Amino acid sequence: MYTKKKCVAMLLAGGQGSRLYALTKNVAKPAVPYGGKYRLIDFPLSNCTNSGIDTVGVLTQYQPLVLNEYIGNGQPWDLDKMNGGVHVLPPYETQAGASWYEGTANAIYQNMRFIERYNPEYVVVLGGDHIYKMDYSKMVDFHIENNADCTISVIDVPRAEASRFGIMICDEQNKVIDFVEKPKEPKSTLASMGIYVFSWEKLKKYLIENENDANAKRERGEAWSKDFGKDIITSMLRDNQRLFAYEFEGYWKDVGTLDSLWEANMDLLSPSVPLDLYDPSWKIYSRNNYMPPQYVGDNANIENSMIDEGSNIDGTVDFSIVFSGVTVEKDATVKYSIIMPGAVIKSGAVVEYAIVGSDSIIESGSHIGLDPAQVENRDDWGIAVVGHNVTVSEGKTVEPKQIIGENI
Amino acid sequence: MSVNYNVLGLIFASMHDSYVSELTKQRTMGSIPFGGRYRLIDFPLSSMVNSGVYEVGVITKSNYGSLLDHLGSGRDWDLSRKKGGLHLLPPYSQTGGMYKGRLDALNNIWSFVEHSKAKYVILANCDVVTTIDFTPVLKQHTDTGADITLIYSRGLYDSEKNNCATILEFNDENRLSDVLVDPQISGECNMWLDMMILSKEFLKKIVFEAASRNQHSFTREILQAKKNEYKIMGYEHKEFFTRIDSVQNYYIANKMLLETEKRNALFNKDMPVYTKIGDNGPVKYGLESNIKNSLIADGCIIEGTVENSILFRGVKVGKGTVVKNSVILQSTKIGENCSISSVITDKSVEVSDNKVLTGSETYPLYIGKNGKI
Repeated sequence: MYTKKKCVAMLLAGGQGSRLYALTKNVAKPAVPYGGKYRLIDFPLSNCTNSGIDTVGVLTQYQPLVLNEYIGNGQPWDLDKMNGGVHVLPPYETQAGASWYEGTANAIYQNMRFIERYNPEYVVVLGGDHIYKMDYSKMVDFHIENNADCTISVIDVPRAEASRFGIMICDEQNKVIDFVEKPKEPKSTLASMGIYVFSWEKLKKYLIENENDANAKRERGEAWSKDFGKDIITSMLRDNQRLFAYEFEGYWKDVGTLDSLWEANMDLLSPSVPLDLYDPSWKIYSRNNYMPPQYVGDNANIENSMIDEGSNIDGTVDFSIVFSGVTVEKDATVKYSIIMPGAVIKSGAVVEYAIVGSDSIIESGSHIGLDPAQVENRDDWGIAVVGHNVTVSEGKTVEPKQIIGENI
Repeated sequence: MSVNYNVLGLIFASMHDSYVSELTKQRTMGSIPFGGRYRLIDFPLSSMVNSGVYEVGVITKSNYGSLLDHLGSGRDWDLSRKKGGLHLLPPYSQTGGMYKGRLDALNNIWSFVEHSKAKYVILANCDVVTTIDFTPVLKQHTDTGADITLIYSRGLYDSEKNNCATILEFNDENRLSDVLVDPQISGECNMWLDMMILSKEFLKKIVFEAASRNQHSFTREILQAKKNEYKIMGYEHKEFFTRIDSVQNYYIANKMLLETEKRNALFNKDMPVYTKIGDNGPVKYGLESNIKNSLIADGCIIEGTVENSILFRGVKVGKGTVVKNSVILQSTKIGENCSISSVITDKSVEVSDNKVLTGSETYPLYIGKNGKI
């Protein structure tokens, strides 16, 4: 009944995204809005479809309501398939009891039966919180050419930033010799992108080993973990398995923090950033909400911005990303900001260097965020954030770096 | 809205094509682009779905390639269904050749209607743009025991400007008393929206009777000839509507959407208008863009000035270019330093740098599909 698949993708979407604070209060991180009409998960899902991978398991755990509803039957990404398609895989109960996903490796371990149904040669493991366009099929080809057991996608990062990432040390043939998580003195600038291709039989062996080892350690009261980078990759290296680094060239951005989420949005407005959302050969798909075209009024003043369907703009929008169904009233100002779906910026309100969450209301006379040039001590400056469904009442101020999760 | 399996929708995709022959040269009335991201058929189709009508037949005539491409399986209107769903009914004439009128067309597709389990039928064309909830119409129809309920709107009729209008008059009991086709008058009238509700049984009777007498025109043979014999009643639709009956009125109708009240009536939040999804990026506005009073669809990249205009999906406007009072259809590319005023560009027109195109408000300049200037 299940036909064999060359490749199955497993998308790790269970993370809480705690560093996005108010924006992930009721929403799993992969469902966080990005780029005017997308959610973070649109990127890996669209990449899968565009790469010819039509079987995707999405591992969810934290606040899954919005994410589940968004993925639905996978139709927007062409992943509603007779055989394969996208499947949401939450934790479940068995005769032995119920357990949450205890780490990235354990999440896949608990869903080995899902993978086995398709009897794949390769399993692609993806994260749900990176912005990039990538042809996974080329990475799988690279994996096959090298007769690899595991291939890890890497990107060359500036040396100064290398200590923020998992760093791969490779030989001249791109064979991974060592892997160090967040090294103080990095020996290489090749950072892991959290994208892996495994030969399924190998991955299966190591998942089972890791599970048994970790459980044994837990019983002995020792420290244990069930994690991809920390456990699976380290064990494979220890056993001299064939691990290769696949060097990716192009735009890739981790959006794990509020600052990086803001930056990744602003990147879309920079002509020098190579992320093209208008390329018909590699579209990023998203679920559509059937809104009319945007209306721009007589008093509007729009420059260098991206604005989505259903918005009503009659104020100033400058260097900003505005999602669908947003209202920017006459004499309201939005600068260097991200306004998520359905938010209303009332007349006389100013939003600058800020993120305003979905369906929030910024009443007139209120002021969200500040231009860094107006802040004396640069360390005091940061993006101001208003969470989802929050009302900022008349005349209130939200300071730089301040995060508002409740009405003020 | 829940599903009402008791009602079948029938949409004529090609009714009145000849009035806008420029726009229907390579398409049907139903597939004429409208309002930035829609095709005309989206309006009756969405109104039906939003009224719970989940079984819809689309009656086509000719040139229906673009319509098939647009509708696909009906999924974007939620009409890819096991029960009911969207059915495309290509032309088939028992008398040979193309069907000759509404009654003839219905006779030719009758086996489809017969097969439906619905008790009532809603008929609509694509040349009337409006958003309507058919639920109260159906209620009035069943409450009054009418044979036919015609949907009309009060509106200004001008014989100089309107084509193919059917003006209805009703007596004190709301029964049809007179029917005038394109009369030489002007003023506020009851204008038929070419929509009606009747029972399948009654529809069958009039279609078969007409066929046996070789009659084709619903307006002439039924509304005008049988208005005293049948109980034909009116339902007034009080929301915004407009009819596409000339290229000029097409231009005016698009520009009407710049009026907030009309736009809000057509794009009612509780009755969304569905359309084929394009998966375009958001609109991108450049550093020197300047936009006033315009409706702009996704996928546009605008570097110049746009005023009082409708831009469809994926339009590009280059630096230094000024687009005013224009209706720019999808995938049109306008270069740098152009001046475009009172123009309709059909799909995929390309205008190279430094061009000046000027029409007039009363007679907009129309540039055909794939035109290169």
